[in-house]
Amino acid sequence: MFALSRLLGVYVGIFCVAMIAPVAIVLVLSFSNESYLSFPPESYSLRWFEAFLGDAAWRRSMSISATVAVLSSLISTTIGFLAAYAFVRKSFRFKKAFLATMLMPIIAPSVIIAVSLYFMTAKIGLMGNMVWLAFCHSVISVPIVLIIMIAGVKSVDPNIERAAVGLGASKAYLFRRIIIPLTYPSIVSSMLFSFLASFDELIISLFLAGTRKQTMPVRIWNSLHLEVEPVIAAVSAFLIGLTCLVLLLNYLVTRRRAG
Amino acid sequence: MRNSGSKLETSLLLGPVILMFLFGFAVPIISFLWTSIAEIGSLSEIAATFVRTAGSRAAISAMITSNMIALVVTLCALLIAYPVAAYLCLAGRFRFTLVIFCIVVPYFTSMIVRTYSWMILLGRNGVVNNTLMSLGITDAPLALLYNRFGVIVGMTYILLPYMILTLFAAMKSVDPSFMRAARSLGAGRFYAFRRIYFPLTAHGVVSGSLIVFILAVGFFITPALMGGPQDTMTAMLIQRSVEIMFDWTSAAILSIQLLVVTLAIYFVYYWVTDSKKMMGA
Repeated sequence: MFALSRLLGVYVGIFCVAMIAPVAIVLVLSFSNESYLSFPPESYSLRWFEAFLGDAAWRRSMSISATVAVLSSLISTTIGFLAAYAFVRKSFRFKKAFLATMLMPIIAPSVIIAVSLYFMTAKIGLMGNMVWLAFCHSVISVPIVLIIMIAGVKSVDPNIERAAVGLGASKAYLFRRIIIPLTYPSIVSSMLFSFLASFDELIISLFLAGTRKQTMPVRIWNSLHLEVEPVIAAVSAFLIGLTCLVLLLNYLVTRRRAG
Repeated sequence: MRNSGSKLETSLLLGPVILMFLFGFAVPIISFLWTSIAEIGSLSEIAATFVRTAGSRAAISAMITSNMIALVVTLCALLIAYPVAAYLCLAGRFRFTLVIFCIVVPYFTSMIVRTYSWMILLGRNGVVNNTLMSLGITDAPLALLYNRFGVIVGMTYILLPYMILTLFAAMKSVDPSFMRAARSLGAGRFYAFRRIYFPLTAHGVVSGSLIVFILAVGFFITPALMGGPQDTMTAMLIQRSVEIMFDWTSAAILSIQLLVVTLAIYFVYYWVTDSKKMMGA
C-alpha cells in the first residue's frame, strides 16, 4: 500500500509540474532581454513590457478589452443572478431541461455561435459596437454565472427569507437587505469570472470586433498567425497576472463566507 | 392568488435570461442556418447541395478528424485525470490546495495564452526539443508542432481540468469504508478497485468523457494554431467558409453537421447526469 500511494504521489507531482510549466515558462520569457525568444533567456530585462505598454495600439486594445469585460460582467451577473434565484427558490416545470438549455451556449461550438452572431450583427449594423460585443460575450458567460449563483443561492437558508417576509419585508427590501448581502460572495465571484471570461474571449471578438475594435486576444491571435513577436510573451504574462488577480480576489471574498 | 403572483415573479426573474438566450443564441443561429439554406432554392436543390457539401471530401475528412481528435483527447484526459482525481480525495489540506492551484491557474488562463505557451514549448527550437537534444535522446529537433501530436497535447492540456473536476466530484461521494470493507473481506487491491471503486465512480467517468468530447469536437483555436494541414477540423472549415470564401451556405451545412453531433452527445450527457451535478451546478 505504501509503495502504491508513493507512486501516486510521484505521478501527481509530475502532473502538477506539467500543468504549471507552460504558464511559468511564459512568465519567465516575458522578462527576456533577447529579440528572439529562447528558453531560458540569457539575460533579463523589462524591454518587452516596455514595448507592450509603450505601444498605443496595445494600450487601446487593453482599454477596449477592459470596457467590454466590465460591461459584460455587469450584464451577465445581473441576468444570471435573477435567473439563479428563480431557479432555486421558485417551482416551475422542466427545471432540469431549462437549466440544460440555458447552459447550451458553453457546449455549442463557439465558432458556430460566433458565425451566427456575425451574420446577425452585419444585418443590424452593430459591427464593432462595444456594448453589443459585451452583450454577445454575456451570452457565453451567463451559464458560468448561473452555475456559481445557483450554488450561492442554495447555500442561503430559505427560513431567513420566510422570516423577513413574515415580518413584513417587501420584495425590494428582501432583495436589497437579505438576499444580496447573503449571496454577496457568489455575486462577486460571478462578476470576477464573467469579467475574465469576456476579457479572454477570442472567437466571438474575432468575428464581431471588426478591424477597429480589436481586443487583446484578437491581437494575440493575429500575431500568432503571422510571426510570433516576442512582445506576445509580455502580453500573455499580463493576462496570466490578471487571471491570478481574479483568483486571488475570489479567494479573499469566498474565504470570508467560510469564516 | 398567491400562486399567480408567484408565477408572475418567476417570469420576471427568468425573463431576462430567456430573452438573452433567444436573441443572443437561438435566433442568431437559427436565422443564420435558415437564411443560408433557404437561399439555395427549391427543396430538391437544397437536398442536392446538402449532399454535395456534407459529402465532399473536405467535409468528410474534417468530420473524421474532429471525431478522432476528440476521441483521443478524451481518452488521454481520462487516463491522466483519473489518478489525479483519486489523489485529491485522499490528500490532506495542504497538498489538496497545492494540486488544485496547479489545475485552476491554467484552467482560468486565457485559452490563446495556453496555446501560445505550448507553441513555445513544442517548437523546433522549443524547450522540449532543446531538452531532448541536450540529453542526447535525439540528434535533430523532432516535429512536435503543426501536426496531430501538437494538437492533441494542446487540447488535452486545455480540457484536462474539466475531466479532473468532474471525476473528483464523483469520487468525493464514494464512502471510503466500502473499500476498507472489501479489503478486510479478502479482496485484493486490484479486485477491490475493479469491482467496488471503479463502478462507483463510473458515472463521473461517463459525464467527464462526454463533456470533454463535446468541447473537443467543436474546438477551434488550438487546432488552428498548433495543427498542420492534415488536422483541419470542422470548426476550422466553418470559419474558413465564412471569412475566406464568403460561402455562407457551406458554413451553414457544416454547422448543422457539427451541431447534430454536439447536441446528440449533450443529450446523452443530460440523460446520464444528475441535474444537481450538471457542470458542477
